Amino acid sequence: MPDGAARLERAFTAAGRPVFMPYVMGGYPDLAASVRHARILGRHAAVIELGVPFSDPLADGPTIQAAGQRALAAGTTPDDVLGVAAELRDGPPIAVMTYYNTVLARGADAFLARAADAGVAGLIIPDLPVDEAGPVRAIAHQRGVALVALAAPTTGEERLEEIGRHAEGFVYCVAVTGVTGGEVAVDDRLTGFLARARARIRVPLAVGFGVRTPEQAVAIGRHADGVVIASELIRRIDEAPDPAAADAEVAAFGAAVDRALTASA
Amino acid sequence: MSVATRFGPYGGRFVPETVIGALDELTEAYERHRDDPGFRAELAGLLDRYVGRPTPLYRARRLEAAWGVGCLLFKREDLCHTGAHKINNALGQVLLARRMGKGRIIAETGAGQHGVATATASALLGMECCVYMGRVDMARQRLNVIRMRMLGAEVRPVDSGSATLKDATSEAIRDWVTNVGTTHYVIGSAVGPAPYPEIVAELQSVIGDEARAQSLADLGRLPGTVVACVGGGSNAIGTFRAFLPDAEVDLIGVEAGGEGLTGRHGASLALGRPGVLHGSYSYLLQDPAGQVAEAHSVSAGLDYPGVGPEHSHLRDTGRVRYMNVTDAEALDAFSRCSREEGIIPALETAHALALIAREGGALSARGPVLVCLSGRGDKDVDQAAAALGIDA
Ligand SMILES: Cc1ncc(COP(=O)(O)O)c(C=O)c1O
Repeated sequence: MPDGAARLERAFTAAGRPVFMPYVMGGYPDLAASVRHARILGRHAAVIELGVPFSDPLADGPTIQAAGQRALAAGTTPDDVLGVAAELRDGPPIAVMTYYNTVLARGADAFLARAADAGVAGLIIPDLPVDEAGPVRAIAHQRGVALVALAAPTTGEERLEEIGRHAEGFVYCVAVTGVTGGEVAVDDRLTGFLARARARIRVPLAVGFGVRTPEQAVAIGRHADGVVIASELIRRIDEAPDPAAADAEVAAFGAAVDRALTASA
Repeated sequence: MSVATRFGPYGGRFVPETVIGALDELTEAYERHRDDPGFRAELAGLLDRYVGRPTPLYRARRLEAAWGVGCLLFKREDLCHTGAHKINNALGQVLLARRMGKGRIIAETGAGQHGVATATASALLGMECCVYMGRVDMARQRLNVIRMRMLGAEVRPVDSGSATLKDATSEAIRDWVTNVGTTHYVIGSAVGPAPYPEIVAELQSVIGDEARAQSLADLGRLPGTVVACVGGGSNAIGTFRAFLPDAEVDLIGVEAGGEGLTGRHGASLALGRPGVLHGSYSYLLQDPAGQVAEAHSVSAGLDYPGVGPEHSHLRDTGRVRYMNVTDAEALDAFSRCSREEGIIPALETAHALALIAREGGALSARGPVLVCLSGRGDKDVDQAAAALGIDA
């Protein structure tokens, strides 16, 4: 098992309760702020998802699209974001979320070498489904980085098994049929999906897309090992009047989610 | 036979997990229906009586004289109902969607021809239809926006990125990810995740199948050269496929050279590098970090930084030569074709014509030159009039 996979699995299971996995976009609102926000959230999180801005993010709704556009307009590159990861290496394990073309452009080997150097534990590629992932997975293995698979409510039984066979670190379960930034409903469809995933996947399950409140995190946490919040954090940063207020907002929200998850255990 | 998913190293399914099930379902449905006599007969009947196929193969004698070409043949897709080849694909896919029990159709459009074709097929078959279109394209192809709305479709403007075809496609895919249970996404070119490039190529191959037979019947021989413009590449692949085994036929795809290759352009095959956009691995205009570049073309239908995966493979194998012409050359050919032949071509199509204006004399040495006249230019009159200084 790659070392990154072991670190991620431990991070999700060590607390013995569902944990918080906040999303921070590298370079948003600027590089230094993204490092600061990740450090603040690191006090309340077991794993940090670090996003790489991309020009055409197919799995993302308007909030993350706009944040990405702003980061790109400021000149943020994938390399810069791996630099952010390196600065955060003393905190919780990092899973880098990036679209496949940024990996291809650099070359999977070079990209993963750099990610491994930066101490990245896992790589999430939302447009690289399990049946296309073989070559990247092999390279990630050599570098000790876990290639994190995604599963969705529309994923059939056979594919869930296939995902389970390759799963390492954790599996990212998409909570909604849709893109990021919507609003999740914790209903039979979602809990049924998570039960199906649980039955076929050995590694921890992290659930994200559309989770906005501590209450939703708690409700989802009953059926999962980790809860991801992304667009809601970005919206709060967007709305803050200045950087200090954004830092305070991020700290308060991170603490509230963590407190709720701890209390629910 | 199972549907092709790769063309050499190109193609594949690089999409969010949420739509993988729908791609499997589409593959399965297409494999089942494409050889089903009922489906074939329904589609053939509509192509015949509704679209007006077969389209003529017309000899453009005045342009032969103007451009020094011995024999110049137009495959008249501009005479299809709705005014372009796009209807061949849209009808086939909407028929398939109905058989799959989907009630809602979505599409992206650049020039608006695919949007109009999809809105038309949806009206005919009683489906709800929503078309995504970049705000910039809505302005330059205003006529087609009105047509789609008249046909009962909803047109949703897209403001992200360059507000053109790339962004409209991304937004359509996001809609599909969200509504995948009820919705079929009718992709408008030979792009996207498998099985789309193969489905679109097969539905468009009617162009080349007819043209090849017509050439044999009319001239007693095959053309020496076949030319088509390449946006995503659907009219080109539909025209080329029938001729791929004919090694003696020179095949030429024409990309948008825009302001010229040192400026802004849409020549993915000339200057792109392989990468992933909109679900498939193919040549792509991008920066060194892998961010997708904004394309540019006077023609909304060629203003796209990617290209269909089969064209990438045909480029690498050398079976098809890919060349490009500038905006200015295309406008010149647009004007020339209108005045000499009384045919106002689409600006996309004008790119294929411009290549013949430039190279036709030399190409002619191999024998007749056949060009896919992919569409008519009614949609472009505002934009072309402004560029050419023509007043109402
Ligand atoms: C008339 C016409 N020709 C060509 C194209 C380019 O598309 P493709 O390369 O898929 O044929 C378009 C696209 O909008 C079009 O409207």
